Amino acid sequence: MNHDVNTIFQIAGIGIIVAMLHTILKQMGKEEYAHWVTLIGFIVVLYMVITIIDDLFQKIRGVFLFQG
Amino acid sequence: MTAIDILQIVGLGLIATFLVIVVKEQKPVFAFTITVFTGALIFLYLIGEIQHIIQMLESLASKANVEIVYIETVLKIIGIAYIAEFGAQIVRDAGQGAIASKIELAGKLLILAMAIPILTLIIETVLKLLPS
Repeated sequence: MNHDVNTIFQIAGIGIIVAMLHTILKQMGKEEYAHWVTLIGFIVVLYMVITIIDDLFQKIRGVFLFQG
Repeated sequence: MTAIDILQIVGLGLIATFLVIVVKEQKPVFAFTITVFTGALIFLYLIGEIQHIIQMLESLASKANVEIVYIETVLKIIGIAYIAEFGAQIVRDAGQGAIASKIELAGKLLILAMAIPILTLIIETVLKLLPS
């Protein structure tokens, strides 16, 4: 099993940290930076999710004889 | 072994639910990605068991001299149902019921299209049996 339950905690941690950074940057008056931080955090998390979904689809394709 | 597996899966679901509740107040997008990830992880756990079931089905079919084409079609249909259900549930969780319904519709239509050879075979057999 390549994937780990730890990745769930990583995603949750990234979410909380990004929310914190967003609040801090907003209070410093840097709205654009806050939005960029949110976007980049989302892209990182999306990469993790897409990796596992790709793995899942490959496995389904293998198990259910979808070669053709 | 199966009992431990189900405990692991239930624990995973509970932990993911708590994390989703915590994160949702700050950033709903990350909560949604946690949901997707957990769903994919549970499906990955289950697919090993499904592989065993399918191997048993294949061995049974080969013993019963069923043609492999039919078994392959049935397996593909099960796979389509599996993927369509997964996608539709995730999309419905994200609040897009309309898109989820379309995914389910696509799954049903593809299954019907895949079952057409078997259906025509059944109808031809019945027609042969009927006295003309």
